[in-house]
Amino acid sequence: MELLAFGKTGWGDELFYATLMTIAVSITAMLVGFFFALIFTPLKLSKYKTLNLVGNFYTTVIRGVPELLVIYLFFFGGSGAIMYVASIFGYYEYIEINAFVTGSMAIGIISGAYSTEVFRGAIQSIDKGQFEAAKVLGINKFGQFYKIILPQMLRLAIPNLSNVWQITLKDTSLISVTGLVEIMRQSYIAAGSTRDPLFFYSFAAVLYLLLTYVSMKLINKLEVRYSRGY
Amino acid sequence: MDFDLMITSFPKLLSATVVTLKLLSASLFFGLFLGLFFAILRLNKNIFINKFAYGYSYIFRGTPLLVQIFIIYFGLGQIEYLRTTFLWVILKEPYWCAIIAFTLNTGAYTSEILRSAFQTIKPGIIEAGKSLGISNKIIFYKIQIPIAIRQSLPAYGNEIILMMKGTSLASTVTLMDLTGVAKYIISTTFKPIEVFIVAGGIYLFMTFIIHNVIKYLEKKYSFQ
Repeated sequence: MELLAFGKTGWGDELFYATLMTIAVSITAMLVGFFFALIFTPLKLSKYKTLNLVGNFYTTVIRGVPELLVIYLFFFGGSGAIMYVASIFGYYEYIEINAFVTGSMAIGIISGAYSTEVFRGAIQSIDKGQFEAAKVLGINKFGQFYKIILPQMLRLAIPNLSNVWQITLKDTSLISVTGLVEIMRQSYIAAGSTRDPLFFYSFAAVLYLLLTYVSMKLINKLEVRYSRGY
Repeated sequence: MDFDLMITSFPKLLSATVVTLKLLSASLFFGLFLGLFFAILRLNKNIFINKFAYGYSYIFRGTPLLVQIFIIYFGLGQIEYLRTTFLWVILKEPYWCAIIAFTLNTGAYTSEILRSAFQTIKPGIIEAGKSLGISNKIIFYKIQIPIAIRQSLPAYGNEIILMMKGTSLASTVTLMDLTGVAKYIISTTFKPIEVFIVAGGIYLFMTFIIHNVIKYLEKKYSFQ
């Protein structure tokens, strides 16, 4: 237990901050994922074959390639890509991207592919009459989506989005390979310096279990809230 | 775009794919039995057995695969007693540690898939078997299991693809699988995009094959 003490002697405070980091990365990644889903869901549902192709390409590639490989692409290729873009604007200095940004972008793109599929499924399961009724009432496309489709879609999407959240939360453990100090990385450091990997990795497992358990409870509450009236 | 690198790295990545496929097939093979075993435990009426099986699947589904591999590879070696037993022959090899971790992980997911498949079997089918005088054991092996396997095919196909992606974590415990070799080539040449296209292409090809095989099996064994 003294290994987990707060302060200089133990690893308690370090692991606590690492847990906060995991939560922060997961939430950022989830939001980045929503952003991608917002772009690619309309593409997948579009009437135009080319746009469909772009949307399908994104979800198929990301869901068919290991997360770790995507993270390596971002980790090794991220600053190169940014520097290339900067060089177009006449900036030639070395740019290093923060591990947090790389990590949440990589996990965000992965989580976005799953969110896209969830949103697509949810929109497709909304009754066609809803779209038609909105059209008949003369509501414009924007209003149709935000006021009529989105609220109904969210109710249908929440159970599946909770799965995406769980996947995202667990995927953040992989960005420890880029050196970002989240639960896994901190446990690795602690295990290395105390020579007690069994304890620290088991404790990391407990922390992840706690996170999944608590978020499960919170999402269930949200689900109840959004199903009012059904 | 460095096409030469893509061409020269292709055979290296392809030979690393063999390691990935070995890890995948071994863990799926053992994981299926483990999953079936725990699915049967989940259907048991004894509350302790039931809770034990639930706890197993909850823990392995609630923690990242990376933690599980690290506990088995780095953690178990710490127990002095284990080092004296014959188990150490297996546990000192990263290859077997990875397979054990993957098996336990996929076993947890498989047990959930099979459990829900067993629960969706219509009671009428079992009753029909009983009224024909078939023994409970034969009802289970000849009626329930085949139906459950058919029911769980789509979900199990997804699990195979997830597991294939999961084997990439073997590279974190020094194994040179497809991702491990890809990372090695990236970090020596610093050309991530080219290597990603080749390695990602191989992974996508495997996903494509698995997807279509499962689709074929679904069609072949459909009830209609």
